[in-house]
Amino acid sequence: MAAITSDVEVEVRRPRRSVVLGVLLVVWVAAYFVLRGIDTLVLGGQDTTALHRWLNDHRDDVGQGNAFFDAIRFVVDQFVVLLQNVISQPSFDRPVPVIGWLGVVAIAAYCAWAFGTWKVAVLTAAGLVFVGLQGLWQESMDTLALTIAAVLLSLLVAIPLGIWAGLSNRAFRVATLVLDLMQTLPTFVYLAPLVLFFAIGPAAATIATLIYAAPPAVRLTAHAIRSVPPESVEAARSLGSTRGQTLLKVLLPMSRSTVVVGINQTIMAALSMVTVAALIDAPGLGQTVLKALQTLDVGVAFNAGLAIVVLAIVLDRVTTAAGDRPWRTASVRRKVLLGAGAVGVLVAVWFSRTYVWAAEFPSDVNIGSRIAVVASDVTAWVQDVFGGFTYGVRDVVTVGLLNPLEGLLTGSPWWLVSAVLVALGAVLGGWRGAAPAAVCCALLVATGVWHDSMVTLASTLLATVVVVAVGLALGVWAGRNRRVDGWIRPVLDAGQTMPPFVYLVPFLALFGTSRFTAIAAAVVFAVPVTTKIVADGIKAVPGATVEAANSVGSSAWQVISKVQLPVARRAITLAVNQGLIYVLSMVVVGGLVGAGALGYDVAAGFAQSELYGKGLAAGLAIVLLGVMLDRVTQAAARRTQDFQGRGDKR
Amino acid sequence: MKKLRYAGVLTAVALAVAGCGGEKVGAQPQPSAGKECGSFNLTVSPWVGYEANAAVVAYVATKDLGCKVEKKNLKEEIAWQGFSTGEVDVNLENWGHEDLKKKYIETDKVAVEAGSTGVKGVIGWYVPPWMAEKYPDITDWKNLNKYAALFKTSESGGKGQLLDGDPSYVTNDEALVKNLSLNYKVVQSGSETALIQAFRDAEKNKRPLLAYFYEPQWFFNEVKLVKVNLPAYTAGCDAVPAKVACDYPPYDLDKIVSKKFADSGSPAYDLVKNFQWTNEDQNAVARMIAVDKLTPDQAAEKWVKANESKVNAWLGK
Repeated sequence: MAAITSDVEVEVRRPRRSVVLGVLLVVWVAAYFVLRGIDTLVLGGQDTTALHRWLNDHRDDVGQGNAFFDAIRFVVDQFVVLLQNVISQPSFDRPVPVIGWLGVVAIAAYCAWAFGTWKVAVLTAAGLVFVGLQGLWQESMDTLALTIAAVLLSLLVAIPLGIWAGLSNRAFRVATLVLDLMQTLPTFVYLAPLVLFFAIGPAAATIATLIYAAPPAVRLTAHAIRSVPPESVEAARSLGSTRGQTLLKVLLPMSRSTVVVGINQTIMAALSMVTVAALIDAPGLGQTVLKALQTLDVGVAFNAGLAIVVLAIVLDRVTTAAGDRPWRTASVRRKVLLGAGAVGVLVAVWFSRTYVWAAEFPSDVNIGSRIAVVASDVTAWVQDVFGGFTYGVRDVVTVGLLNPLEGLLTGSPWWLVSAVLVALGAVLGGWRGAAPAAVCCALLVATGVWHDSMVTLASTLLATVVVVAVGLALGVWAGRNRRVDGWIRPVLDAGQTMPPFVYLVPFLALFGTSRFTAIAAAVVFAVPVTTKIVADGIKAVPGATVEAANSVGSSAWQVISKVQLPVARRAITLAVNQGLIYVLSMVVVGGLVGAGALGYDVAAGFAQSELYGKGLAAGLAIVLLGVMLDRVTQAAARRTQDFQGRGDKR
Repeated sequence: MKKLRYAGVLTAVALAVAGCGGEKVGAQPQPSAGKECGSFNLTVSPWVGYEANAAVVAYVATKDLGCKVEKKNLKEEIAWQGFSTGEVDVNLENWGHEDLKKKYIETDKVAVEAGSTGVKGVIGWYVPPWMAEKYPDITDWKNLNKYAALFKTSESGGKGQLLDGDPSYVTNDEALVKNLSLNYKVVQSGSETALIQAFRDAEKNKRPLLAYFYEPQWFFNEVKLVKVNLPAYTAGCDAVPAKVACDYPPYDLDKIVSKKFADSGSPAYDLVKNFQWTNEDQNAVARMIAVDKLTPDQAAEKWVKANESKVNAWLGK
């Protein structure tokens, strides 16, 4: 939109927009009281529609016994088994893996040092020894093998796709849609069919992980390529570079650090799939968590979850350090040291192949059981002390906020809700908001799970509002204060990678089985990513800008609200968007603690063959909710930007 | 910095020297895998009772027959799929699943039944013991409406709450509530974990709870839940799902094996076929795994040592 007219529009339209919104809501509530209970499209728990039955009947049509899938399965299986043989499973007629624990620690620390710094090398060694001391060495190595396989395969697919989406606008648009689908479609929906294509075994688990973990790498690669200043590309072109040369010499080097962030996010996503993949017999820590949950053993589950968190932190710090390390040739001294280190690594590997103490992690010192006991005690204490209070909070929030919102969404006729949503989209984001809302509402009705979708939508909206509020507060705090950032980051990493299954039991104890419990779990899961993005955005605000504001005597609050937040607006939009996607990706987990609705439908579809079609439809409904909310918020954000006359180039 | 590195090198050398004294890899002889039995894939469904079955059968097959048992942790549905892809040979505790039996046994002919496990499954509505004590007549369904107000929660919309469990099980509860005109709303807890936690909390803090549950279950070792009697089950009373107004049928839990495995002539197949024990036996092993925190193998060893005659019967000795 032209910047010249925008100032006028700001004054004319802005107040009007909120008035329109208010009127819309009042009309909706009024209409609700008149039309309550008509056309609400309720579908009973075990009931299905024709579409669901059709999906059921055609579940097995794709892929079974297909040579293409068999080939993929064979290659992936071999790859994972090879990795397992090397670091985790007894192999090649020996009672131990090819490389024992000492060798693995040495190699990992050496790589961390060579690609990063000696500090991360120490952290790597310490982290790996810690999981060993937890008594979980073999499980951790199985998880590591599977994660490495999934991440490498993800990158093999994701980086070329990301480059393509970075260079071509059309590819970018298609990619965005597909990636949204991959990230929000609950894993449970494709877990069972994947097992049909790829059989039970490492291949299915790896590919399930890949589907969920590849999108961040594609997105960030595309984003990085698109953010390279056009001047640089122009300069290269004018010097006579071919397209290939421009890509290799200019675009890729200049986007390296962002691509590494993408790789980093892919690793995190892969680790967060560990427990879900365990449902189809993926080896490793996920099994330990699931087994412990069968007997509600929070301590043991926490111990295994902690090992996942430690692995995540190690991998995160190593990739981050590798991304930060400038391209430069090493000094002679460093080369000598690297060479000496390599010899040391070889010695360690030799030891780990020769002696039992270096091959199998010694079990004399086991801190795992102590961690488990402490974790159980702490949970029990928290439950006893806060139990009554938390039930109260739950009831107040449920009665005061959730029930009215849900009542409004589920009690109104579907056409009324659709009309309101489309109108909201139009007011907030113009046709860019209205069109997706209309399409998504129509498709939601078609899925046959409209009523359940509205129940889930109510919880999702509430959870997202909380996530954004908490994420903004924490993110601004961490972005402005380096020390806060330093200690908050490990906590955030833990929140992001600790399998939600681990904290389900304590949450159930605190809040009972309810929709509120699901909301609380979603908030814990989604706040970290929102906080991280906001913090990065705030940190990226040029110091000079903040200085200028400080020098004219602005208060801290003024600096935040008038300078930092507006300048970091783009990061905040992204943070809201990711917070929303993370909340939606917890819908299924929410279904396991009493949220019912779509999450339960999906879980039931995974467990009962006659409900498979309904589960798939419910999974698609979650995607539709995601796409709708995402497009409306994006359109709204774009429109606000245009009004402020700062329309960024896209 | 420099000192640190020297220190590092020195420690490494010292460790290397010290390490040379340890035992060498492969010094201990490995147990050899049995030849005549071969190996079979055993699915392990995600509940402790099943794990007890799997532990004992795997233990006996490994120790007495020299088989190699590959345990695979799978959900029931996926395990059934495994019969057709060849990844699963044995399922040691199957709860009904008539539809799946029809598909995989009758239509696809990839699996066959291998008889009862001897364990009886019960599904029904349960209340925590403190409620049965305080309101003795609550175990009759006719009195449920009288107590509906007790079971109100934030989720039940003004009615009493009937908490349902793991989505793996088919439930008739919505139909039951309707057909018995109970003033209750079925609320989905969504997982076994949620159900057990709810009962644990209900017993400890004396909160009212009415929920779908089942036996055998290790949790009965911790809290003795009391079953509410619904109108008695008669054959065929649950024929039309929407019209059900009677209790759940008693389940005879059985074993399913792949066709391939049944035809293989492996002694392990005879073991699986002959394997039969009681609810008490299973509970004993499940208790060792869930409460005493033994590994499945240790628990199996303990039970087998104490019940040699039963094991010998399975082996045809």
